[in-house]
Amino acid sequence: MPLASRVFLRLALLHLVAGSILGAWLLGAKGGWPTTAPEWFRPAHVEMLLLGWLLNLIMGTAYWILPRHATGPARGRTGPVVFALVSLNAGVITAGCFGWLVAGRALEATAAAAFALHAWSRVRPSIRPAR
Amino acid sequence: MPRLSRWFARTALLHLVTALLLGAAMPFAAKHSAYLAAAWPVYIHLLVLGWATQLIAAVAFWMFPRADPKAAGNDAPGWAMYGLLNSGLLLRAFAEPVGGRHALLPLAAILQLAAIVVFAATLWPRIRGR
Repeated sequence: MPLASRVFLRLALLHLVAGSILGAWLLGAKGGWPTTAPEWFRPAHVEMLLLGWLLNLIMGTAYWILPRHATGPARGRTGPVVFALVSLNAGVITAGCFGWLVAGRALEATAAAAFALHAWSRVRPSIRPAR
Repeated sequence: MPRLSRWFARTALLHLVTALLLGAAMPFAAKHSAYLAAAWPVYIHLLVLGWATQLIAAVAFWMFPRADPKAAGNDAPGWAMYGLLNSGLLLRAFAEPVGGRHALLPLAAILQLAAIVVFAATLWPRIRGR
């Protein structure tokens, strides 16, 4: 598993655990324990699980699994992937935890575009050696 | 596909069907049922946690590299996650739409959170290079 995928997947798990802690707090508060939940917990919970958990997981797995190039670097240039990694996670924190929605969503959209740029040429039939 | 992954995948499919039936029932039955009128959070969590996350767990426990590929893996944490997640979701599906400060909700929250922590702790060491 390449380094970028390992970082994507570990960040996905961190978002999953952090988002689930907030979610457990919110659900527990509906039952009276704990007694209240801060308002920012709900948008942060949604952002961390829908984008932080799922997108990091999908991008990390796609970078690992998609068909590799026959010539040049096997998985293509790493620049767009690293950019997507940083931009996505900065976007989730910015939108989810600080509530700066426009900036956060713009970072997330930029991450998606950078990853699409990377993955576009790898979405193709696998070339298997003839038996 | 190992037994643990088959159980996760089939239960995920059951959650998907249940969630979509609930989603279909909510719009027109909500007028007649207080439970269905308040079932939106259950619908979302059946999809995101019961379906998507559980299917991801099925594939991850099956596909992620093991420290020793020839040795039999320890499935106990996976089964613990399975039990915690599904019992937590069931409790939540029963208690959340009932309304009021239902005493089962904190227990449902703890069960689901424990499932996620077990999942993350089990998968973490399997995220590695060759």
